[in-house]
Amino acid sequence: MSDDLILQAFDLKKHFPTGASKLLQRPTQVVQAVDGVSLSLRRGTTLAIVGESGCGKSTLARLLARLIEPTSGSVVLNGVNISTASSKELLKMRREIQVVFQDPYACLNPRHSIGQSIGTPIRIQKTMSRSEERHRVFELMELVGLSHEHYNRFPHEFSGGQRQRAGIARALALQPKVIVADEPVSALDVSIQAQILNLLEKLQSDLGLSYVFIAHDLSVVRHIADEVAVMYLGKIVEIGSPDAVYGAPAHPYTKALMSAVPVPNPQAGAKRKRIILTGDVPSPVNPPSGCRFRTRCAKVQDICAVDEPLLIDRGQGHPVACHFPD
Amino acid sequence: MFYFIARRSFFAVILLFVVSIFTFWIFSALPADPAALTCGKNCRPEVIEANRIRLGYDKPFIEQYGSYMKGIFVGRTYGEDESGVHCAAPSLGYSYDRHECVSSLVAKTLPVTASIAFGAFVLWMVFGIALGTLAALRRGKWPDHFATVFSVIGISFPSFFLGLLSVLFFVIWTKILPFPNYVGITENPFEWFTALILPWSVLALLSASTYIRLTRNGILEVMNEEFVRLGIAKGLPRKKLIVKYVLRAALTPIATIAGIDLAFLLGGAIVTESVFNLPGLGKLTIAAVVNSDLPILVATTLISALFIVVANAFVDIMYGFLDPRVRTK
Amino acid sequence: MNTPLLSVRDLHVNFGTSEGDVQAVRGVSFDIDRGETLAIVGESGSGKSVTASAIMRLNFGADIRVSGSALFEGKDILSMGEEEVRKMRGSDVAMIFQDPLTALNPFYTVGNQISEAYTIHHPGTSKKELRALALDAIEKVGIPEPVKRIKQYPHEFSGGMRQRIVIAMALINQPKLLIADEPTTALDVTVQAQILELIGVMQEENGTAVILITHDLGVVAEVTERVLVMYAGRLVEKASVIDAFASPTHPYTRGLLNSVKSLDSDRHSRLEPIPGIPPSLIDLPTGCPFHSRCRYAASLNGRCSTEVPELKAVGNSWSACHLPVDLLAAPIKESL
Repeated sequence: MSDDLILQAFDLKKHFPTGASKLLQRPTQVVQAVDGVSLSLRRGTTLAIVGESGCGKSTLARLLARLIEPTSGSVVLNGVNISTASSKELLKMRREIQVVFQDPYACLNPRHSIGQSIGTPIRIQKTMSRSEERHRVFELMELVGLSHEHYNRFPHEFSGGQRQRAGIARALALQPKVIVADEPVSALDVSIQAQILNLLEKLQSDLGLSYVFIAHDLSVVRHIADEVAVMYLGKIVEIGSPDAVYGAPAHPYTKALMSAVPVPNPQAGAKRKRIILTGDVPSPVNPPSGCRFRTRCAKVQDICAVDEPLLIDRGQGHPVACHFPD
Repeated sequence: MFYFIARRSFFAVILLFVVSIFTFWIFSALPADPAALTCGKNCRPEVIEANRIRLGYDKPFIEQYGSYMKGIFVGRTYGEDESGVHCAAPSLGYSYDRHECVSSLVAKTLPVTASIAFGAFVLWMVFGIALGTLAALRRGKWPDHFATVFSVIGISFPSFFLGLLSVLFFVIWTKILPFPNYVGITENPFEWFTALILPWSVLALLSASTYIRLTRNGILEVMNEEFVRLGIAKGLPRKKLIVKYVLRAALTPIATIAGIDLAFLLGGAIVTESVFNLPGLGKLTIAAVVNSDLPILVATTLISALFIVVANAFVDIMYGFLDPRVRTK
Repeated sequence: MNTPLLSVRDLHVNFGTSEGDVQAVRGVSFDIDRGETLAIVGESGSGKSVTASAIMRLNFGADIRVSGSALFEGKDILSMGEEEVRKMRGSDVAMIFQDPLTALNPFYTVGNQISEAYTIHHPGTSKKELRALALDAIEKVGIPEPVKRIKQYPHEFSGGMRQRIVIAMALINQPKLLIADEPTTALDVTVQAQILELIGVMQEENGTAVILITHDLGVVAEVTERVLVMYAGRLVEKASVIDAFASPTHPYTRGLLNSVKSLDSDRHSRLEPIPGIPPSLIDLPTGCPFHSRCRYAASLNGRCSTEVPELKAVGNSWSACHLPVDLLAAPIKESL
């Protein structure tokens, strides 16, 4: 059963200290960026994590890929707890899990040719000779739709879409099993987004990859995800299949989020009832007690301020963290 | 805001403490024997030893530092007998070479340096900002080219060269100005002014070139900011846009750099003071180096450090007033 | 009288750069009526934002050339004197920008900036009156506690709130035309929904015409009546929103719609991207700018790569394509 799960997170928390300087030992405030997230990713599938800015989705991505250390909780990759791994074990673990970032320009070394950049993970892991590496890089470039002549070019000569292809090629260099993609298409134009999404899907079916896909664009997610988790203020509020989450959202926040997405169909748009949330997201330094969404929720009751709703199935067929789900 | 000022001041005091210890330690760790330096070449060992005791050089380092610090606040007497010398607070040591309290030497020279520094500061700020603004607003036209040429001259010429050149031209050839002979502003303001106009100009020319570039680039950068575009889109008249939007944003960071530069200059413009023969802190320092007059060197180093640390704190606090983003954080 | 509020004819904008001449806008013409909402859609580099700035005469710099005309109530903005343009900006024509985080002056309070927008065009207004106006404006755009908020600085507001302030400022003089350049691109979807609704409400109250520049076809479908599609500096399609989405005529518009992943579409259905990448604006291809990515170009025997297509009527829409009208008008499914 659990053999099927390639990546699991248990009660992950990441709190960033903020506020006054440490030198004076003033009581520091804490940003609860991720606060108790558990999830699991099945082999060969895509788990999408959606939410608005500041909900903690990018921090969660970093925790899952072990780019940052959790404050508490654990991440299990292929049966191995990587949250307590030593630096030597981490190096080995990096072969299994890789990250694709939003802005490939920011993470490709401008002084390295694309070919060099794609081969970097191989050089770090020291698993191949120079000629083997070159051969492998050509293979990877073909895989992501870059031609061999791109090998010696530099990042600034590439378009956004091509850079993202290079970013994906680099992530694939060590034949990882899991890819954490943090907003991989957000910086791209619409017509290019579709190219990259198709590439990611093709790679998944060809190489049997598992994806954690972070996005704020809900339409992108529906196309690529097998399971969607919606985050609000550091917590997952609803998780389920795209059909369930998009078709029959049960959490009031999910409902508002879904209704806010503009539909590119003028006839449907007019008929749709839009839920407009009032106010802003509260500060993650001092989140509301009980349910974190209660300050903006239309269904709020007394219990919401006292009791934090657990993320459990309440008869909707998928887990929802709300006392009064639809 | 109050908390911010208090905290910043507290750090400044701590920093001063550390700097003073460090300075004191460096000078005490020098291979030269400070006591031996108190009298000439053919000095008898008894005199050296007597002086060592008088000046406290026989005590351990910490104790020396302690009595120095205490002297700053309450004054200090060197020697116990009737030949002892008293330096009133703030005592900064006693120069055997000159037979004078360092504090009175500083009191004589500091006003000279302050006159040079403040005058040059005003001149270069006005000039640098005006020319920099003009260059940015007439980008690519002749004011911009002029500013560029001006900057290159200012940056590439060393101050002693410019100083000598100006003396040669204004004093010796054309005789427009008398040879610089410093007098206090209270004694004869006109003579004070004529003595300082050349050093001011030379120093201002050097620093103005930096400020021209800082101002020009700052303005051009701010001009590309979205809020300036919105200002234009609102229909702001150009003059108001430049003053309220562009200059306000472009000059705030420059003001902070200026504070530090002024403090630096207050520590003594060594080269300029020497070229123009002005009896300021810089010249005092140079003379002390030549004569191995350690007490003076310790004092001038500490004074420079004091200015810089205070200016840094002042600038940080100023920034809080100038930029609301810092203030209400 | 049926003259349009704004009538843009044959607008060209060129930028000189160190790498060559950037032909950002090439021959764009369109009209907008009073109270109407018009969208200009396109991807980065399509020239949509440059078009918007040209109407406000906001593109400046050493090496920028603008030609054509933009008649606002019969007067050509492009040939107005500086002072006349200045008086028009912010009073008759107002603008909102993409990034609300950088659009406000960080050194002045929000109240100061809002009342400034009014007093520029109404000099001599008393302090008391200005304060009342600012309070009213800030309350209208849905910012709670206006009395406290007008004394605060921009950095004390969230992105959505700052965009509300920019809108309050833009509408304080009840402009006849509001140009919104990607007003919600930097915002989250729930905030976007708030802002779009606000723009709609304010538009109805003041009878303001809106030009909405965006890359988001969903936003276009929800809020506008007519749409212009731009590609590489040219207008490729002009249509009502209903027509543009139900029966897009230009191959680029069709490709764009297919690329968009709709919430209503099936999971794991394969997306149909437009192959290739947009051309460089410095080294533009001859003929139709889209021909290198167009699946029909081959069928026209090289005409697409030599001859620039003009806008022609296709049903109720206008389309700049060499394909015969009956093919352009055919329903999507058959022609693809």
